[in-house]
Amino acid sequence: MTTYREAVRAALREALQKDERVFLMGEDVGRYGGSYACSLGLLQEFGPERVRDTPLSENAFVGIGIGAAMAGMRPVVEIMTVNFSLLALDQILNNAATLRHMSGGQVGVPLVIRMATGAGRQVAAQHSHSLENYYAHIPGLKVLAAATLEDARGMLWTALQDPDPVIIFEHATLYGVEGELAAGAGAVPIDRAAVRRAGKDVTLIAYGGTLGKALAAAGTLAERGVDAEVVDLRTLRPLDDATIVDSVRKTRRAIVVDEGWKTGSLAGEVCARIVEKAFYDLDAPIARVCSDEVPIPYPRHLEDAALPQPEKIVDAALAMVGSHG
Amino acid sequence: MTSTEPSPDFLPLDRAQALALLGGMIRVRRFEEKCQELYGAGKIRGFLHLYIGEEAIAAGVMPLLDGSDAVVSTYREHGHALLRGVPAGAIMAEMYGRATGCSRGRGGSMHLFDLPRRFYGGNAIVGGGLPLALGLALADLMQGRKRVTACFLGDGAVAEGVFHESMNLAALWKLPVLLLCENNQYAMGTALDRHQSQQNLALKAQSYKMEVERVDGMDVLAVQAAVRRAAEYVRAGGGPWFVELLTYRFRAHSAYDPELYRSKEEVARWKKRDPIALFESLATERGLLGPEDVAALERASDEEIASAISFAEESPLEPVEDLAKDVYAPGTP
Repeated sequence: MTTYREAVRAALREALQKDERVFLMGEDVGRYGGSYACSLGLLQEFGPERVRDTPLSENAFVGIGIGAAMAGMRPVVEIMTVNFSLLALDQILNNAATLRHMSGGQVGVPLVIRMATGAGRQVAAQHSHSLENYYAHIPGLKVLAAATLEDARGMLWTALQDPDPVIIFEHATLYGVEGELAAGAGAVPIDRAAVRRAGKDVTLIAYGGTLGKALAAAGTLAERGVDAEVVDLRTLRPLDDATIVDSVRKTRRAIVVDEGWKTGSLAGEVCARIVEKAFYDLDAPIARVCSDEVPIPYPRHLEDAALPQPEKIVDAALAMVGSHG
Repeated sequence: MTSTEPSPDFLPLDRAQALALLGGMIRVRRFEEKCQELYGAGKIRGFLHLYIGEEAIAAGVMPLLDGSDAVVSTYREHGHALLRGVPAGAIMAEMYGRATGCSRGRGGSMHLFDLPRRFYGGNAIVGGGLPLALGLALADLMQGRKRVTACFLGDGAVAEGVFHESMNLAALWKLPVLLLCENNQYAMGTALDRHQSQQNLALKAQSYKMEVERVDGMDVLAVQAAVRRAAEYVRAGGGPWFVELLTYRFRAHSAYDPELYRSKEEVARWKKRDPIALFESLATERGLLGPEDVAALERASDEEIASAISFAEESPLEPVEDLAKDVYAPGTP
């Protein structure tokens, strides 16, 4: 058995071994071993030049990553969590995403940024944001969400081969998840969604931290006679419209599960694309299961209530199938 | 912290150097004056930030950099680009928004890029270029190259959080970065004493344990003397060096600025220290240059600029079909 954390670590280690231009940079990635222990042992193996602890200066060290990438390095910058990434949003949006186009194609930024995201660990509002949609909004970036061990292991290397900035989101509740990872697991494509469970009655579209919840809901739905298909978006920008639309055309019903707030959400974007491309294939209005529009609270019962849960997905699916069966 | 070197009045200078320094400043001055005119004529649009008054800095700094060094600049960067060697035609075409511009017309006045000359852009977010410069310098450090990254910033940037993050990291990691703070006394329209509790900006940088110097940015020889020391130190691997260059912009902040925040007397006072006039009289007094030399430099600049304008006027616009080109690298979605 392997944990998600170990899969991330194996990916980082492989990148450092295979490409001498790669280096890690971020808060506590070195001596501490990473705030989620993803880089544990890498400082000892690769040294302080290539595993660089930074001060708490998100805007500067992300910008340094951009500059180093411009000059031929392949930095992997870890921002401890998406919550702190707002302090680096200027560099990500105004430089990383913009420079190639604004310079008339001269400047490339082959940078990878990893960050933890999401709620579910009782760490209260300031540490529980799901802001993947902020980054998925920005042309010039590629945005990934690694929901499985295979993706945690394989997305990084492919992202490092990309000539443009790539952000990889890792949901903070996933690091301890255990599973089987094939011995030869390695690079995976980063340009497509994946059907994680085939079904015929309804499509559940999820990513990152909500994939497991959608799969759990699909299990419950199967017991209730509803055969759900589960699509893992994987790539949040650019969205893989074809996989989404193919699935919805087959099941004729769609529920988007997104830990972001509903207003202005990625779920809203997915809905819009389904409506634009498959409206006449739908047998029912699309539903969304998102976080309640509140700052995520500390106590367990309130946090659970605020977040998408398998039961909410099951209810939405049953209502949809029941009323439009 | 202030210079212990002899006063620039006693620095050695030969005729060729004098011609180069004065010629550089005149090129920038004339170029900027023409830009303002073209802005008034509607040929250049958007924001336009002129370097008039600050020419001694670019003219002093650029000859000290090698071709393999890098330059990161601000949105007031026409003079930096021109004296770094970006062709005047490519800069002018950029401001005209033409496909032959140095950024293919995509960036305009504030975003001049020229990678063959390692000119990494005008950055229009105040302080936004600092981390980029540090990153370029880090790449040099990690790849064992003895190069300098010169990063221009203004006094306004010193109030940004990213300035402090960057000074700390530059010193902590001993990055080979030459920090050139053009203190023109105003953050847009807010005077230094209204935006800085400590107006000695070099002192702020020094508190991060880096070498610093404060210098008269209206005196091109003083600029050269200070920046030469700094660049040699950075190139030798000593770490960052921060030079505060005291200067003044003679024109408005941008084309939209009615200049309500400063007096005509103040501007007139600074104009008495016009860097071009100062250096011209020094070189004349030393018998290095005569009025005919100045006239020849002006004529050469005017010809260069006229040709740059013709180039821009005759250049094509980028086809609209190319709008989405280079959002991502070719061949990727």
